[in-house]
Amino acid sequence: MKVIIMGCGRVGAHLATTLDREGHDVTVLDTTSAAFARRLPPEFRGRAIVGNGIDVDVLRRAGIADADAFVAVTQGDNRNVMAAQIAQHVFNVPRVVCRIYDPIREEIYHTLGIETISPTKVGAQLLKEALLR
Amino acid sequence: MYIIIVGGGKVGFYLASELVAEGNEILVIEQEPAKVERINDELGDVAMQGDGCEAAVLENAGTGRADMFIAVTGDDEDNLVSCQVARKKFNVPRTIARLNNPKNALIFKKLGIDTTVSATAAIMAHIEQELPTHHLIPLLSLRGSGLQIVEAQIAEDSPATGRKLSELPLPQQTLIALVIDANGHPHVPDADTELTAGDKVLAVTRPDAEDALRQILIG
Repeated sequence: MKVIIMGCGRVGAHLATTLDREGHDVTVLDTTSAAFARRLPPEFRGRAIVGNGIDVDVLRRAGIADADAFVAVTQGDNRNVMAAQIAQHVFNVPRVVCRIYDPIREEIYHTLGIETISPTKVGAQLLKEALLR
Repeated sequence: MYIIIVGGGKVGFYLASELVAEGNEILVIEQEPAKVERINDELGDVAMQGDGCEAAVLENAGTGRADMFIAVTGDDEDNLVSCQVARKKFNVPRTIARLNNPKNALIFKKLGIDTTVSATAAIMAHIEQELPTHHLIPLLSLRGSGLQIVEAQIAEDSPATGRKLSELPLPQQTLIALVIDANGHPHVPDADTELTAGDKVLAVTRPDAEDALRQILIG
């Protein structure tokens, strides 16, 4: 599977490394190259591209036209939402997943047909389950 | 009219002051307390502090009864999301977003924003009018119809020069609406109108037919 991951923070880098190890074709995007050096292991075989994922030219450069999946995991909810919508509605990427911290915004975009994950909601739920076990 | 403006920077401030002067009910939503204070000092209590992308903030702002929602922050993603939340969650009838990157115009349209305004694109249009190499100049997009009005300058070497309109293989849903001759006299053309160098042509067309139209008129 050809995957583009936008945002090379802890989650993005971890996801990229895992998918790369499993043999997927991985491209990671971040606005700073320092993120790649700090977080990607030396054996990472995927591509790392510096650029802003809400810029269609950067997305094209990352190969979005023939990507199978797109994941938006930058620190900014709005950036994630915008990039995910570009991937889904402009480039028709078959599988798009978007992280949105704010649970209310997550709900809105979920009803608009984007696959969303709110770590705030999921995290709170897991913590609650651990507490009440 | 009740108009909500997200972003209290320079654009938001002057926009608010014009709209207040016209007698509208205005609310500016701005994150930085210092900017909120300045707006309230100068324009009367019209600004509130908060994140204009957050549904709870928009709820407090009475977005449900807003007639118009305008997002003018310096970040396109924030303008997009606040307009989308206003439209989808609060059913605001009209949303306008400021674009910082003019390339986002089509994307915003596709994602349901009514109108976009880009200073970069506006300046480019002015420059392109002065440039000797002619492009199609987009003048206006007709809201809701998917059509737009463009302008083309016919030159000596244009493929359309010396030809009648009936001879031009115009793309589907494209209409030459007006021809303005080199002396500035406008006339509504018919099938027998012959284009000559120096004519300015106004056409109604679809965005996806723009390239084909440019080929036919300008080369």
